[in-house]
Amino acid sequence: MNARALLVTLVLALGAEAAGAQGFAGLGVTEDGFALPDPNARFAYPDDHGAHPEFRIEWWYVTANLSGPDGTAYGVQWTLFRNALKPGGADSDQVWMGHAAISQPGGHLVAERLARGGIGQAGVVADPFHAFIDEWNIEGPSLSSVRIFAQGTDFAYDLDLKADAPFVPQGQNGYSVKSDSGQASHYFSQPFYRVSGVLTLPSGPVAVTGQGWLDREWSSQPLAETQTGWDWVSLHLDSGAKLMGYRLRDAAGDDYTVGTWIEPDGTPTPLAPGEIVLTPGKTARVAERSVPVAWRVEVPGREVDVTLAAIYPDSWMPTLVPYWEGPVRLSGSHPGVGFLEMTGYE
Amino acid sequence: MTRTVLSALLSHWRRRPFQFVTLILGLALATALWSGVQAINAEARKSYGDAASVLGGGGLSELVATNGGPIAPETYVALRRAGWLVSPVIDGWLPGDPGRVRLLGMDPLTAPRDGAARDAIFNSGASGFLGADGVLLAAPATAERLAGLGDRIRVVDGLAPGIAFADLASAAALLEVDGYSRLLLLPDQPLIQQPLAAIARDLIVEKPATADDLGRLTDSFHLNLTAFGLLSFAVGLFIVNGAVGLAFEQRRPVFRTLRALGVTSAQLVALLTIELLIFAIIAGAIGIALGYVIAAALLPDVAATLRGLYGASVEGTLTLSPLWWASGIAIAVLGTALASATGLWRVARLQPLAAAQPRAWAMASDRSMRAQLGLAVLCLLIAVAAGVFGGSLQSGFVLLGGLLLAAALALPSVLSALVSVAARLSRGVVTEWFWADTRQQLPGLSLALMALLLALAANIGVGTMVESFRLTFTGWLDQRLASELYVTAEDDAQVPALLAYLEPRTDAILPIWSVEREVLGAPGEIFGVVDHPTYRENWPMLSAAPDVWDRLAAGDGALVNEQLARREGLSVGDDITMPGGWVISVLGVYSDYGNPLRQVIIPNAVLVMRYPEAERRDFGLRLPRSDVDDLKRDLVEEFGLHEDNMVDQAAIKAFSLSIFERTFAVTGALNVLTLAVAGIAILTSLLTLASMRLPQLAPVWALGMTRRTLGRIELIRALVLAALTFVLSIPVGLALAWVLLAVINVEAFGWRLPMYLFPADWLRLGGLSLIAAALAGLWPARRLATRPPADLIRVFAHER
Repeated sequence: MNARALLVTLVLALGAEAAGAQGFAGLGVTEDGFALPDPNARFAYPDDHGAHPEFRIEWWYVTANLSGPDGTAYGVQWTLFRNALKPGGADSDQVWMGHAAISQPGGHLVAERLARGGIGQAGVVADPFHAFIDEWNIEGPSLSSVRIFAQGTDFAYDLDLKADAPFVPQGQNGYSVKSDSGQASHYFSQPFYRVSGVLTLPSGPVAVTGQGWLDREWSSQPLAETQTGWDWVSLHLDSGAKLMGYRLRDAAGDDYTVGTWIEPDGTPTPLAPGEIVLTPGKTARVAERSVPVAWRVEVPGREVDVTLAAIYPDSWMPTLVPYWEGPVRLSGSHPGVGFLEMTGYE
Repeated sequence: MTRTVLSALLSHWRRRPFQFVTLILGLALATALWSGVQAINAEARKSYGDAASVLGGGGLSELVATNGGPIAPETYVALRRAGWLVSPVIDGWLPGDPGRVRLLGMDPLTAPRDGAARDAIFNSGASGFLGADGVLLAAPATAERLAGLGDRIRVVDGLAPGIAFADLASAAALLEVDGYSRLLLLPDQPLIQQPLAAIARDLIVEKPATADDLGRLTDSFHLNLTAFGLLSFAVGLFIVNGAVGLAFEQRRPVFRTLRALGVTSAQLVALLTIELLIFAIIAGAIGIALGYVIAAALLPDVAATLRGLYGASVEGTLTLSPLWWASGIAIAVLGTALASATGLWRVARLQPLAAAQPRAWAMASDRSMRAQLGLAVLCLLIAVAAGVFGGSLQSGFVLLGGLLLAAALALPSVLSALVSVAARLSRGVVTEWFWADTRQQLPGLSLALMALLLALAANIGVGTMVESFRLTFTGWLDQRLASELYVTAEDDAQVPALLAYLEPRTDAILPIWSVEREVLGAPGEIFGVVDHPTYRENWPMLSAAPDVWDRLAAGDGALVNEQLARREGLSVGDDITMPGGWVISVLGVYSDYGNPLRQVIIPNAVLVMRYPEAERRDFGLRLPRSDVDDLKRDLVEEFGLHEDNMVDQAAIKAFSLSIFERTFAVTGALNVLTLAVAGIAILTSLLTLASMRLPQLAPVWALGMTRRTLGRIELIRALVLAALTFVLSIPVGLALAWVLLAVINVEAFGWRLPMYLFPADWLRLGGLSLIAAALAGLWPARRLATRPPADLIRVFAHER
């Protein structure tokens, strides 16, 4: 999980009368007619690749750690958020938001798109898979084999993503708990994409290859009211294993940190609070605020003790709701690469 | 010493408070009228700027349909999906009270990030904005006009005036449209786009609407106001000139004494300048306050006119900038300087021991009168040149100004000549003395009489223009509004049933279907008509091809209104390119007074074919007038038609005339104010002369004429001069009217009106000016009649 949905709440504020403004960007609101995640539900593919408009929020989130012919590291992000203005699931009550970014040596490149539902400007079709907003696409035959495209005024990317491994349910069979008081979401990932394609940078086109990670998550109320932000990591270990972990920062007390250990064959093992530890390290001044751009991640049960360092500390997303999202390099017990996301830093 | 001299100079005003009041009043009035008009213009222009920055998406280019019609949502989505960052806008009008309110439907999700509208939406913190039942945002004054929408209106300070903002979906629902008016083209487009023509062949990129566009449309109106402001200012300056001249004249002994005591001429001029500067600032401040009152009183009418005529969004509330205050003071100071330049000049050249030489002064004035006449001829030449070689609104006003100025400057010479002729024809000592003395007084009165001439000429000219317009307009309305009842169906679905019901109950049903489109690059309307005798008999054609109606019915061409024909230089037989790119030839030109828009009439069948989205719910009905009320009642019962959907001829006429009245309400008010100012000018001039003339009257009194007779003669003289000025003002006024009707109106509105004469109005005006002159002359005459004989005797004892 990554409680990225919080980004969507600004759009929410435009639509519905604002409920209590607790929690980061006002997400900690109570349900009012939206579906609640069900711990007994099991994913059904490809249907669950499509939208779940009976839930308030949902996203399709791709990150990729790429490298060019000269070994230069790049990070790519393609995201589509869905936010329902009111319950009922009508197309016209949905607002869509897309974020695209490339982390690269010449500076972070970002674009953002917003669209109203019901007119065909944005949406998701489960089979054959197609998620789009404006001219941005994730288009498959299936979600295991997609081409993704996005662009801004000064960049574009066109990438092929292919995975042989199955989708990986996060949490308890895809039921991902967000706090001790029981907030939860439905959450699965595809961490095994092989990626190849072309980045068009201000300096010119670059052929790239690397690894990609998809997150699919939907919910109606994923955060407790006192939770003020989160730090999330998705790590590709050189051993072939994957590690996902997040820390929800809580103004009222202890942070809530959980994760998933994913074997190279895709077998997931949930990591309960205490089984994974995320510790912020040195900070950097980014967009006039202090953000930790180095982290220590420990999973004692798996003898994991790695240090994450942001490859491009300027990977700031100056979007409607701003946040930090960029590629990291791992050192320590398990070398590798990954993505780091941090929200709620004022 | 400076203080002493200054207090000696100022003591004059303490002894003559009335003169002081006159000076301040004249200056304040001049400043008030000028700055009031400026405030109105500035307010309107600021509104245009605000509105344009919102309407034009802050100077962004936009995509519009080549046929000017709505853009389908599918086209918009296709563009977005092809990499075009565009944001849709629905632009329409909501009924408000009073007037219509512009409704802008925005898409905050795709609107330009720095756009005024998006900022307004996001900064307002308006939740509940998105969706078909979302809230509308409006500035406080605009929100008041939309009270009918209840709690859907959210008041937001600082929004552009006269415009309500809503979500795209809300606007579509409120305005009952399903397409977009235009697509804003965001400034930063992504790297890769498909060519526009490949996605939306019928869209073109257009430069944004700017404040200039609306400014151009309303230029004529503002220029009118400015011209009036300037005229009033000039008339006000005559008063100041009179008052300052009088004060200087009366203080001659003081000046002489001061000079004899060692005050240099430069010091004296400097101190007098300081004195005047103080007065100018005081009067300027009063004038600005008065100007605010005038502007605030007139602005609602102006706003209503601008809304009604041009669709410009102007609120009837005034906001003032510091610049306006500063410019008000500046104009007061400048005016004082202009009005007192001659006085100061004379003081500077004053010989300390110069004796009083009233007649010599008058002789000197003869020379200046000749110079003035030369100047008048020059002004006339400039005016004629502007009239012949011009062709713009500006040159029209140069013609107007030159003509008025020439007339005013020539007035003293003409009056002097007339008085000389009268003197030569007169018999008897008293009569001869009367004319000679009148001539002697002319230089002193000439400024006031010039002011009166200007005011009267403006009155006659503008009055003739407005009345000619009214007469033409009313006649034209009678002709044009031939149908007895106009009906609008509630919706398209109702039309067939409505027609079936009306068929047996009316003599004819005339569809009035139309679309609003840009015609040859400016806003216009295209109407469709059917072939019916109603049009053949009534339509007010100015010029037409033979068999115009037969050929129109056959689809051979189109009719255009006079505005369009004049602006584009069209005449019968010319071709015009219609919106959508097809060409049709002009069969006739008709008059279309009071309409700022271009208009084209084509056969209904052609309209429906070329513009399928044309509104088709309006019909004109021919039926006996006595049946109108019954039919209206039955339509309410049978179809539930709302009263608003049925307008009878009389109501439309009343409405049209009310717009007309509003347009000229401001003109009328300024006209009256100008005349009042001129009246005051005469009064002050006569008072000035009355006190100066004692030395000339004393000998006449000594020869046996009673004070009462002298007073009567004074009064008669004021009346004679006013009457002469009035008579002279008639041709000037008529020339002014001709310029207004045949030059200014054509340039400003695009129509030329026939000129009618209204002698009864002149008589009334003549009566008014005589009464004004009599009132102004009565007081000085009475003072003379009751003057103690000792005063008159003293004249012989004193060396003046």
